[in-house]
Amino acid sequence: MGRFSALEWPVFRQLRSGDHLGRGPAVASAKTRATQSRNATADRVVQSICPYCAVGCGQRVYVKDEKVVQIEGDPDSPVSRGRLCPKGAASEQLVNAPGRQYDVLYRAPRATEWQKLDRDTAIDMIAERFVRSRRNTWQETDDEGRILRRTMGIASLGGATLDNEENYLIKKLFTAAGAIQIENQARI
Amino acid sequence: MANADCIVLQGGNMAEAHPVGFQWVAEAKARGAKVIHVDPRFTRTSAVADKHVAIRAGSDVALLGALINHVLSNELWFKDYVVAYTNAATLVGEDFQDTEDLGGLFSGFDPETGTYDSSSWAYAHAHPDEHQPHQGGAPGDALGSGGPPLQHAEVERDETLQHPRTVFQILKRHYSRYTPEMVQEVCGISPADFDYLARAVTENSGRERTTCFAYATGWTQHTLGAQFIRTAAVLQLLLGNVGRPGGGIMALRGHASIQGSTDIPTLFNLLPGYLPMPMAGNHDNLQDYLASVGTKQQKGFWANSDSYFVSLMKAYFGDAATAENDWYFDRLPRMTGAHGTYETAMSMLADEVEGYFVLGQNPAVGSANGKLQREGMRHLKWMVVRDLSLIESATWWKDSPEVESGEVRTEDIETEVFFMPAATHVEKAGSFTQTQRMLQWRHQAVQPPGQCQSEMDFFFELGRRIRGLVAASDDERDRPLLDMTWDYPVDDEGNPDPESVLREINGYRTTDTGERELLSSYTELAADGSTSSGCWIYTGVFADDQNKAARRTPHGGPGVSQSQWGWAWPSDRRILYNRASADPDGKPWSDRKKYVWWDESEQKWVGDDVPDFPVDRAPHSRPDPAVGGPAALAGDDPFIMQSDGKGWLFAPKGLVDGPLPTHYEAQESPVRNGLYPQQQSPARLIYPRQDNLSAPSAGTPGAGIYPFVFTTYRLTEHHTAGGMSRWLPYLSELQPEMFCEVSPQLAAERGLVNEGWATIVSPRAVIEARVLVTERMKPLTVGGRIVHQVGLPYHWGVGNHALVTGDSANDLIGVTLDPNVQIQESKVASCDVIAGRRPRGRAADALLASYNERAGVTVHTDNQRVTDVREEDVDDE
Amino acid sequence: MSSQAAQSVTNYARGASHQFSGPTDPAADAHWPSGQVRKGFFTDTSICIGCKACEVACKEWNHNPRDGDLELTGWSYDNTQSLGASTWRHVAFIEQDRERIEQARESGRKLVDLGMPAVRPSGSSSGEGRAAYRDQDVTPPDTPEFRWLMASDVCKHCTHAGCLDVCPTGALFRTEFGSVVVQDDVCNGCGTCVAGCPFGVIERRSDGTAAPTTRSGEKKGEQPDVPKRGVAQKCTLCYDRLVDGETPACAKTCPTTSIKFGDHPDLVETARDRVHQLHEEGLTEARLYGANELDGVGGTGAMFLLLDEPETYGLPPDPRVPTADLPVMFRRAGLAAAGMLAGAAVAFLGGGR
Repeated sequence: MGRFSALEWPVFRQLRSGDHLGRGPAVASAKTRATQSRNATADRVVQSICPYCAVGCGQRVYVKDEKVVQIEGDPDSPVSRGRLCPKGAASEQLVNAPGRQYDVLYRAPRATEWQKLDRDTAIDMIAERFVRSRRNTWQETDDEGRILRRTMGIASLGGATLDNEENYLIKKLFTAAGAIQIENQARI
Repeated sequence: MANADCIVLQGGNMAEAHPVGFQWVAEAKARGAKVIHVDPRFTRTSAVADKHVAIRAGSDVALLGALINHVLSNELWFKDYVVAYTNAATLVGEDFQDTEDLGGLFSGFDPETGTYDSSSWAYAHAHPDEHQPHQGGAPGDALGSGGPPLQHAEVERDETLQHPRTVFQILKRHYSRYTPEMVQEVCGISPADFDYLARAVTENSGRERTTCFAYATGWTQHTLGAQFIRTAAVLQLLLGNVGRPGGGIMALRGHASIQGSTDIPTLFNLLPGYLPMPMAGNHDNLQDYLASVGTKQQKGFWANSDSYFVSLMKAYFGDAATAENDWYFDRLPRMTGAHGTYETAMSMLADEVEGYFVLGQNPAVGSANGKLQREGMRHLKWMVVRDLSLIESATWWKDSPEVESGEVRTEDIETEVFFMPAATHVEKAGSFTQTQRMLQWRHQAVQPPGQCQSEMDFFFELGRRIRGLVAASDDERDRPLLDMTWDYPVDDEGNPDPESVLREINGYRTTDTGERELLSSYTELAADGSTSSGCWIYTGVFADDQNKAARRTPHGGPGVSQSQWGWAWPSDRRILYNRASADPDGKPWSDRKKYVWWDESEQKWVGDDVPDFPVDRAPHSRPDPAVGGPAALAGDDPFIMQSDGKGWLFAPKGLVDGPLPTHYEAQESPVRNGLYPQQQSPARLIYPRQDNLSAPSAGTPGAGIYPFVFTTYRLTEHHTAGGMSRWLPYLSELQPEMFCEVSPQLAAERGLVNEGWATIVSPRAVIEARVLVTERMKPLTVGGRIVHQVGLPYHWGVGNHALVTGDSANDLIGVTLDPNVQIQESKVASCDVIAGRRPRGRAADALLASYNERAGVTVHTDNQRVTDVREEDVDDE
Repeated sequence: MSSQAAQSVTNYARGASHQFSGPTDPAADAHWPSGQVRKGFFTDTSICIGCKACEVACKEWNHNPRDGDLELTGWSYDNTQSLGASTWRHVAFIEQDRERIEQARESGRKLVDLGMPAVRPSGSSSGEGRAAYRDQDVTPPDTPEFRWLMASDVCKHCTHAGCLDVCPTGALFRTEFGSVVVQDDVCNGCGTCVAGCPFGVIERRSDGTAAPTTRSGEKKGEQPDVPKRGVAQKCTLCYDRLVDGETPACAKTCPTTSIKFGDHPDLVETARDRVHQLHEEGLTEARLYGANELDGVGGTGAMFLLLDEPETYGLPPDPRVPTADLPVMFRRAGLAAAGMLAGAAVAFLGGGR
């Protein structure tokens, strides 16, 4: 707070501004008079696309101190013209959700609770299981001797909420590994 | 859609599921367009439509077929368009027999396998002496969606449309019994309402006006879902509403990149760009494979499928894909049938699947027959769940309904579960492809917090480590993993650059000097190994080394097609098949609907969009069809991906359940098929299993035990299985609890009270929901009796972590699939509703068992492929 | 001196009179330097799709806590029920059968016949407007069997705002945009304003609204720190966006432009055009709410196009600011005060003697 000035005393302002009833500028507090939009004070604005349905509404992501402080519609988008539905409008809460998980968790066979795991360790464990299951379930040919060159022991579901580039890598990796049962919401 | 004069929203609930897209409907309406909503329920879409037409769930083909009949028998079809641009004039072979002749079946059905041999549906050959050996009907799962091949483009045509074997005459006959009276009997729609709809659609079609249809999962999630859409396509082609502004059939897709994940598929049956996954038996060598995708003799761009495939293999395997090894074809894994997500769940139960990745999806809640899904997971050795929060598919081992009921104990479940926290859309850069095929790039706003990580970073790293584990292997099966190109440039954290992946998808040409140049169009792709492209239809997205998906000119720039925003495949075209927006002479059909036209002086196609046509092919050009490929396209062949260049009113190939859409009842239905003795689609995929029982349909014993029709759907306030909404306070408070919607009449019949509880029983599960009694649900009179429909949103699931939880509607649904696309029938099924909360624990299982016993349900119920006519006289009750 | 003082008090009362009733420009009355045109909302409920994006966008921007009970209310799709300390936009859902639709159409027709200013087509006098309607074929379209009304409610930002009038601390103030805003750093939570609002909009934020419990008394969901606890809260017309030239969050997000934001005079014009258009289509049930500057609150900054009587939407049919009679009272009080001052002067003079 700034130094108190007698001139800031509401009664003086009331008289000075002509707002004798004390309903307008005379009673605007220092905080009120300093009001700014948090969009205006953001460090940067990043253009993005809504992650919910497939309309593809434009979003503007306002970032302050490396934290997302606001997400709203991008008026430049010819698709959405700055508008968002309730889900799109809740995107900031999706990012900063109270129930979001930030840790890698592992549930061992028969365990009744999660345990935390280092991400690096987890990826090693998954890679190891991937290779093992692939070997366990490899099918080189069918009964008639036709080429199969696949594993039916590893499956995947998901992709409709992911990026094209991510789906591309997923499909490429799984196809090279011979895993066929790769599916996403488009089937559902 | 904003350019339409009439919009029919059917098989979807656009204002609720796509509110921001709906602004274009609202805008069209404000401009005077008529908006009609055809849906079992009166929804928020109905509330702002000019008219709501209540339809019995699953009967859409009967309604649309009657519109086709209305258009044909009242001479309301767009003659110039239909004759020139569709296959109406094409003659079908002599062996074809229609459902009118065979009691609801087409020729070629094999009741043993439940499949059609589609060879009798083929076009007659212009030169029968040169008849080539026919290729058997390829199963739907062996086909890309780009269109099936024909052996040739030399078809026989009768432009007068009088020959009885023309598609036009076949169509007329096929739909002759689809009358307004039949619509009333089958759909529960009054003749007055039918008349309103028919007038609206036909009065708003033609040279000056266009009508648009929009659908969503209300059409796809049926045993004949693909045929629902086909029916609309036939109608739209007859009315001349395809390839023109304000026309078309809009698929309103439900996820940010569900279109992208179909184009660059995480789907079992496809490779990128709608190339099929090879199938053992059909595709045992490269030549067979390519011939099945597109022959060099057929018209259009699928004739170049070799270029697309070879370029993909170069993108995947780089130098290891050579002409000598058939571009790596032999090392690709092979399908042996349908391996969709439901088959996979059943394989899990058979202990054939060891590991399972669940990526931003929640099958424990969001997939049909949820119990079967969760049981499947219990049989896994390990699973990886990547999501933002602890969704039910991550925690089922401790809080699923089966654990709650005591059916299983956590301590007995062997499955290892890895939960990997995911990055949100603002914590990574990448592109989504939205529902109109437009790619839009998202820039990264912030770094992922904690241990959160994007799919890209995770899979890049996983791939790196898997390759590390097999690096020393000399096992042949590990070759593809090691040959795969995986050398993306990385940042300081070791994470790959997403734009480098998009560049690979776009594709390169390797010059003689070994340099790589980015390609600008799929027409530049070659089959000689000199080009690579990770998805041929996306070629051009990175033309000129510019990420065109990231274009952000405000409002897309001044042009009509607003094309300076994002990038639409193919080749940045905003309306597909837009050659059809001009008449056969290349002139706009009308000034009001002009879009792309032939410029005589420039000798090329010009207009408001990128012409979806060889740009210099004159309207009256008539190349010899025998040359095949794009060169064979005549100046009036707008449908450049079809093997004859025409819009298909009749599908001689490509669909596995019939060349013409035909009304069948759903797997479970309280109504007999009013049109044919055949009750259900004979080619639907059935799974007769004890854990996937069906309620007896009308005409079979026990049909009265599950007397009501239920349908499932989304609400505006939630997203699919809730993973991105039930954890958010602001969305959860808006729709906090699972509910069912029932009419006042049904409420009175079953003693249901608004705000109270109801128990809903299907042969698969017993769930409970709060009750909303509403006149928005209207009992329909169908076949002389009242049919009650029950509405069930499917967003809730049983678990401990979400802010709002509840029983899952998907637990009620069985697995019966559309044979073309393996999508489950979740928009219509049978149930009973009783007042009060469901029993807890094993008592719920006992209730279910008693229902199924009373209904006499067995694994055979509803699972005959060809309806046994003798059974038909059994009384419903 | 004494007569001067008396005059001053009388002027004070007279000057204030238009701040309590009748047509006026509220920002100018509050002695904001001229320049800002009054801002407001026009919510056209006839194109609302009930998506509730306004509710969410409002909460996102203002960081208002969730305040639902996470229980289905059974009121159609309305689970937030009313405006409150934490819900500053609220979408009502009303299901109506044919009979009710016909009544609404009839009551609307009567308003047209009465020549209500609110339904006067722009640019014509009320008399001409009536004549125009009589000459036209206003046969309504087929009355549907059923309709589902949706309407997004918000603080009305009254021309004569009861909450502002009664606020003893100066926490409520009239902004330069003509809106009425609570300054939470000034508010002491006395709650006088709550009774002062004829629409029941303003409310004090208490524990009860921010930390919901289930019907069984169980605490459910996250229990966030409740910001601004105990102080009066309501819509600010996004004052903290307006100062930087941004559109209020609800209006910006609205997918169908049901919520329009803009200069108040323009919005009045738009609203009248729209109601005229609907009447021409035979939808006589359409009527404006808050666009009449002669009503009990001097018209509102946030206006609505309704398709039935206000009560249907939970709005008072004839809102009246509790301080509407103040000028009369003031004048009397002023005269009394002047009399007292005169008396005091007499006494003083007398005493000085």
